[in-house]
Amino acid sequence: MTTATAAGGAPPPAAPKSRKSVTGTRKTVAALFLLPALVLLGALVVYPIGYSVVRSFYDQTGDGFAGFDNYEALFTDDGIRTALKNNVIWVVFAPTVATALGLIFAVLTERVRWGTAFKLIVFMPMAISMLAAGIIFRLVYDQDPDKGVANAVWVGVHDTFAESSAFPKAHPGRDSPLVARQGDFVTKATVSTGDTVLLPLVGVAPDQMPGDAKPAVAPRGDPGKITGTTWQDFTRGKGVGNLGAPDPSELGYPGMKVEAVKDGRVVASTKAAADGTFTLPAAADGAQLRLPADNFKEPYNGLDWLGPSLVTPAIIGSYIWMWAGFAMVLIAAGLAGMPRELLEAARVDGANEWQVFRRVTVPLLAPVLAVVTVTLMINVLKVFDLVFIIAPGSSQDDANVLALELYRKGFSEDQPGVASAISVFLLLLVIPVMCFNIRRLRREVRR
Amino acid sequence: MTTHADRVTEPTPVEGTKARQSLGSRLVEGLGGGLVRVFLIIVGLFWLVPTIGLLISSLRPPKEMTAGGWWEVFSKPSQLTFESYDKLLQNSDITNSLVNTVLITVPATILVVLIGALAGYAFAWMEFPGRDWWFLGVVGLLVVPVQVALIPIAELFGELGLFGSVLGVVLFHTGFGLPFAVFLLRNFFAEIPRELLEAARLDGAGELRLFLKVVMPLGGPAIASLGIFQFLWVWNDMLIALVFSDSGSQPITVALQTQVRQFGNNIDVLAPGAFISMVIPLAVFFAFQRQFVSGVMAGAVK
Repeated sequence: MTTATAAGGAPPPAAPKSRKSVTGTRKTVAALFLLPALVLLGALVVYPIGYSVVRSFYDQTGDGFAGFDNYEALFTDDGIRTALKNNVIWVVFAPTVATALGLIFAVLTERVRWGTAFKLIVFMPMAISMLAAGIIFRLVYDQDPDKGVANAVWVGVHDTFAESSAFPKAHPGRDSPLVARQGDFVTKATVSTGDTVLLPLVGVAPDQMPGDAKPAVAPRGDPGKITGTTWQDFTRGKGVGNLGAPDPSELGYPGMKVEAVKDGRVVASTKAAADGTFTLPAAADGAQLRLPADNFKEPYNGLDWLGPSLVTPAIIGSYIWMWAGFAMVLIAAGLAGMPRELLEAARVDGANEWQVFRRVTVPLLAPVLAVVTVTLMINVLKVFDLVFIIAPGSSQDDANVLALELYRKGFSEDQPGVASAISVFLLLLVIPVMCFNIRRLRREVRR
Repeated sequence: MTTHADRVTEPTPVEGTKARQSLGSRLVEGLGGGLVRVFLIIVGLFWLVPTIGLLISSLRPPKEMTAGGWWEVFSKPSQLTFESYDKLLQNSDITNSLVNTVLITVPATILVVLIGALAGYAFAWMEFPGRDWWFLGVVGLLVVPVQVALIPIAELFGELGLFGSVLGVVLFHTGFGLPFAVFLLRNFFAEIPRELLEAARLDGAGELRLFLKVVMPLGGPAIASLGIFQFLWVWNDMLIALVFSDSGSQPITVALQTQVRQFGNNIDVLAPGAFISMVIPLAVFFAFQRQFVSGVMAGAVK
């Protein structure tokens, strides 16, 4: 299929020879052949256009003439304004990103032997319904990093670069030597060289304990240093385990940060070993020990993909997942029809791959790229299913688009006048393309 | 299409230029090739993972689903079960809606192909006043958004008693499928060699016979592309069925859509349901790749 048809234009010019009837058909026969199509088109496509235009000038009950009131609502109604704004974002970003990706994929797949397999994978989403794609991406964007793959990956990347805390919700238990101060836990007394210090905490859920935690051991003691243990001072069961002393049934806090603070300055710091023991140098003499707050932060939970601020970009992402393959296949067809000699000539002249791409490939493909982008723009104007399915109820207002607003106004808010105005507005937006199609085809039909 | 394909296979003087390149630039190119491969593999994973996630989610018991991500099956493959599918296929709402999907899709596809072919043939080979103008008018309707017709047709169907019926949904799909069908088939039929039609005419074939015995068989490839495109379009539709069907006539997309509101609690319905609704389109896609691609390419304007 050539690219021309994608924009709704004609395939390669029709045969110029006269196509007079071979049979000398009577007009009644022609009418019979055409009748079913024209009746259905008239009743289901043409009549509704006229009806919508007229309806858009009447009020919501349909009884009173309303002038341009319904069109005014397009620019004053909050819901429609959000929808308009989002539609602009959609029309600007979705087609361009999808086309750009399609171009990159089409050019790169030419260089690998398994290019066809790759194309198959990227094109596959075109076969499935927007509903199925919506459900797929509801799963992908699930807020919980233990369910949604987007956040699972994002949190993974985030925790690789930013330190994650290992002990959320840990806090001092009864009779603890520690007191809370602005999220930190600080010893009440100062320590001196040779001391052994116990820093017990409670409250870390068993399944949240780091995997490498070992049974806590009491500090060994070192005359020239300060030694201590920090551990989970809790054993399940009543009266089991000694309060304030490490028991073999209790786990150390591996990696817990311990700081020695003297006069508001950190003079020494260390991290606990797997059994919860730590050692501080003599420099910490006379300091208070502190377990800083970043030990106890709630774990990073990733982005709220479907929250008010990210929901539109997230849904656009799912649209691109569906339609980049379309752009890729069309562009690949254009690429296959490109004169290879030109590319080779540029390479022979010493152009590198980037220059060939930028100065030869892209300019030659410009018509195809334009067709793909325009086709996607028309498509994006009418996007409905993805937004309807992916945006959760709480952020659907923020993700609103015109087609969705039309559905709401027409079928759940009982404002058919405003809904008709939206539909006429959508129609006006595609009329230039309609004229373009007709003009191009007229030249071919008239031969 | 064929001309493009021929051109690709034409030998290009790659070998000659390669030999003239310096060792350095060849090294750079080799490295570049490696990077390209890595990039494409990552992108391919990006495109595959969401669907795999749905598939695996549909094969896990619901209680595991709330406990952890679907990727856990790679360490615990014993989780996999058809439990959710079993339960789903005993749900009469879902099975009825699957039947409705077929009841809507098959007639809507046949009607569009048949009516579109009749009109396409008339526009291509019959003489009547204003023929080209009528055809251009039909082509103009190609890009009309379905949204324009939702409210008027809802009222019209309400008056005719078609609202909520399978027939109503079928008619709407047929109406909006026709511009593309007429456009595609008229252009394809116009390419049929005149001699073939004249020969058949000399044998005494009438207009209808000519259409059935000569034009339709010759139109095979275009009809296949159109049929596949229309089939998938209707099968995958949600909006039109959402407006025009009721609980008795709703297709699978609408039945699942009502479940999305409680997303998370009923993933055991949504995931297998979505996958079942995808099976037929994916089978069509893999079985008829070429026709599928050309159909989607040509019909994307809708």
